[in-house]
Amino acid sequence: MSLRRPAKIQPESFEFNSSSLEAANKIVSNYPEGKQQSAVMALLYIAQRQNDNWIPLEAMKYIAKFLKMPYIKVYEVATFYTMYNLSPVGKHFIQVCTTTPCMIRGASKLVEVCKEKISENECELSIDKNCSWMEVECLGACVNAPMMQINDDYYEDLDREKTLKILDKILKGETPKPGSYRGRINNEPENNRKTLIDLKNA
Amino acid sequence: MLKDKDRIFQNLYNDLGSDVASSQKRGDWVKTKDLIDKGREWIIEEIKTSQLRGRGGAGFPTGLKWSFAPKEVGSRPHYLVINGDESEPGTCKDRDILRFEPHKLIEGCLIAAYAVQAHVCYIYIRGEYFIDGEKLQTAINEAYEKNLIGKNASGTGWDLDIYIHYGAGAYICGEETALLESLEGKKGQPRLKPPFPALIGLYGCPTILNNVETIAVVPTILRRGGKWFASLGREKNTGTKIFCISGNVNTPCNVEEEMSIPLKELIEVHAGGVTGGWDNLQAVIPGGSSMPLIPKEKCETLTMDFDSLMAEKSGLGTAGIVVINKDQDIIKCMARIARFYKHESCGQCTPCREGSGWMWRMLERMAKGDATKDEVDMLGDVTNQIAGHTICAFGEGSSWPVQGLLRHFKKEIIKRNNLDPIVQKKNNIPYLVDQHLLDKKNA
Repeated sequence: MSLRRPAKIQPESFEFNSSSLEAANKIVSNYPEGKQQSAVMALLYIAQRQNDNWIPLEAMKYIAKFLKMPYIKVYEVATFYTMYNLSPVGKHFIQVCTTTPCMIRGASKLVEVCKEKISENECELSIDKNCSWMEVECLGACVNAPMMQINDDYYEDLDREKTLKILDKILKGETPKPGSYRGRINNEPENNRKTLIDLKNA
Repeated sequence: MLKDKDRIFQNLYNDLGSDVASSQKRGDWVKTKDLIDKGREWIIEEIKTSQLRGRGGAGFPTGLKWSFAPKEVGSRPHYLVINGDESEPGTCKDRDILRFEPHKLIEGCLIAAYAVQAHVCYIYIRGEYFIDGEKLQTAINEAYEKNLIGKNASGTGWDLDIYIHYGAGAYICGEETALLESLEGKKGQPRLKPPFPALIGLYGCPTILNNVETIAVVPTILRRGGKWFASLGREKNTGTKIFCISGNVNTPCNVEEEMSIPLKELIEVHAGGVTGGWDNLQAVIPGGSSMPLIPKEKCETLTMDFDSLMAEKSGLGTAGIVVINKDQDIIKCMARIARFYKHESCGQCTPCREGSGWMWRMLERMAKGDATKDEVDMLGDVTNQIAGHTICAFGEGSSWPVQGLLRHFKKEIIKRNNLDPIVQKKNNIPYLVDQHLLDKKNA
């Protein structure tokens, strides 16, 4: 199990803004009547997006009231799943996959670069408070290893130099192009394609 | 090698575009009504003829699973749930289906929902695949616009609504009952089985759960016939499968191939060979991280299907092949997998919650050579205490890779770890003495 604790400094109140409220109502309508509790995961995401990428305890209380469910049940869900950030993270939130398929292709070099460029320890804000990074478990892009995720985007087929370039851009406030950084198309074998050749040339 | 015309996922590399118009050109959504008009029994019978086995890891026959759904809809509605919580290290096939072949999946959902009499379908996607989920949502919206799904879907008279539900980074939610708990808005902790979801599943209603790939191949099977699908591969291991080849190979890739293809062909032809040549191969994990690894000697002749891998005491799992060459420290690789399982254990059953961390800590020490001689056997004992003693298959999944390591690389571990035990065994020590106190006199 992973150990997860809410942040020590918490805001005093939280409320959905109008766009969040609209999104939340739409999600609740996806589930049968009386089963609105199902929407709790999606609502936590909405809260996270609204609140600079992390979920304060007040948001959990607000969602509990919104869905008419006990606060502890929301707390349970928020602390169980690892994609809910319970304390502030950077605006650019970098997750480096270090599970075995990425590890054997050199994910540790990506971690080194993050340590140099962002912060010595994971889950720590950079000097300008804009970035943070952490090691995560398999992100499901194993044939594109090593890779990392920055906010929602996947950056694949990396090495030390490419990661340095991406992080430099991020630190300057730019958004680098997501996808493969060796120029290959999606998950095809690089320069070695033996299947569906006619379609490629079509 | 499989002929291109027999490949189901023509757009695996997105040469053609994933929108509804280009999907229709490839044959999706063509006369879906005719397939459904042939009736429920025909659909289930055809899937049984094809001998399609679930692509999510367990390999359960799909036609049989569908036939478990109650024949008549009682007071409780039926649900169809699609499992796209792909989190097994080494596996990334569902992602390509979600982003490049979404209409195969949606059409499969309609057919499967009709076969099991469900009007609502939830597609559970792991939270990290947000961008790919958005692409699927676009495809779902397209399908609604063209009235391919929704009220009177595709003119069949069947109503179907499809919703996406995002997970939030919990590997365990790939287990079917944990996924249902998560869909209900709870912690993803697996339920005891029985009752099986086919009778009591989502919200206590009959629920059929299938993997993304399983559902996405269904329309093609019905169009081309179950016999065609069964003619590929071998008996009980039929059809095609997307293999993900990652790790120390020259060109890691996803490729759709026939079942029972030799492992060597997959690696040499599609993945461009092992880095440093075939002789540099150390071991292969054949089916995602939870399957025991296979040493090089056996890789020469191994064929990739459910039964032949079972005979090697491993499994096809999700067909995520991780190739490990001799430049890697195999104990370290397995220690990292053990760390993954320690991180992802849901904490419900004690053997798994405590044991997964125990295995990880021992393997980390063994990788450094800090373990004692007797700990090698102790590690094997720990894995046996976990496997089979938990509610879900996570216990097996976390202990099998370690057992595989012990089975094939025990000599290597012993060679590196030959420290004497801290407490020498003495005959006069009672069994339940606090052993750590024994090295201090008068303690």
